[in-house]
Amino acid sequence: MKFAIQVNEGPYQHQASDSAYHFTKAALEKGHECFRVFFYHDGVLNSTRLTTPPQDDRNVVNNWMELAEKYDLDLVVCVAAAQRRGIVDEGEAQRNGKDATNLAPRFRISGLGQLVEAAIQCDKLVVFGD
Amino acid sequence: MSDKKQFMFLNRRAPYGTIYAWESLEVVLIAAAFEQAVSLAFVDDGVYQLVTGQDTSGIGMKNFSPTYKTLGDYEVRHIYVDKDSLESRGLTQDDLQVVPWEDWETEETVDNIVEVVDSAKLAELLEASDVVFSF
Repeated sequence: MKFAIQVNEGPYQHQASDSAYHFTKAALEKGHECFRVFFYHDGVLNSTRLTTPPQDDRNVVNNWMELAEKYDLDLVVCVAAAQRRGIVDEGEAQRNGKDATNLAPRFRISGLGQLVEAAIQCDKLVVFGD
Repeated sequence: MSDKKQFMFLNRRAPYGTIYAWESLEVVLIAAAFEQAVSLAFVDDGVYQLVTGQDTSGIGMKNFSPTYKTLGDYEVRHIYVDKDSLESRGLTQDDLQVVPWEDWETEETVDNIVEVVDSAKLAELLEASDVVFSF
């Protein structure tokens, strides 16, 4: 089956991102396809490379990066939600006059059309959040 | 692009207090460009999103409620409101915005696409949807 995943909550505060990660990982290991993971609302906060959890805790951002590396996952962060919450890549920094970037490798910032397209292309959209 | 899908946007939360309602609306507006069959459903505190006369001046938030009455222009054909959610909050359809719709090609018009339905009907509609966006 071809899944699209939507993550609506930030890391650590909420289990949504962990659950989405475990679901996506299990689905891929079973041979299913993941068309895209789309991060929306506070879910965009899963994409900052500046995340530094205690050493004995899981690293939610790295988990996604490693999964993306292994399976060539498309991790997309909503641009409007990202702008509101201070998630910045090179292009956004230039456009909005910011002096730093924090988007983690393997993530990319794009528009809501990517979510709608994923919903059209997938067999099943699975939403993680409250 | 593949065939038209039945999109259902399930709105469950109050318009203010969290950003879910506003960012849900942003997806609905974008989805219009993809020519899918788009419906919205409002349940639980989500029914407050459609209430008329919203005034956000006291909380320093943008009042985005006027956007709902334009949804007919954004390819939204059906808006469903859960009857139990409405009644348990002391509301009736008279408290809700009117959302007109017009098919520009056939000139078919509907005065108000907001429809109050019971939970059983809503369950059927969700079951019949290809994609449920839950906010």
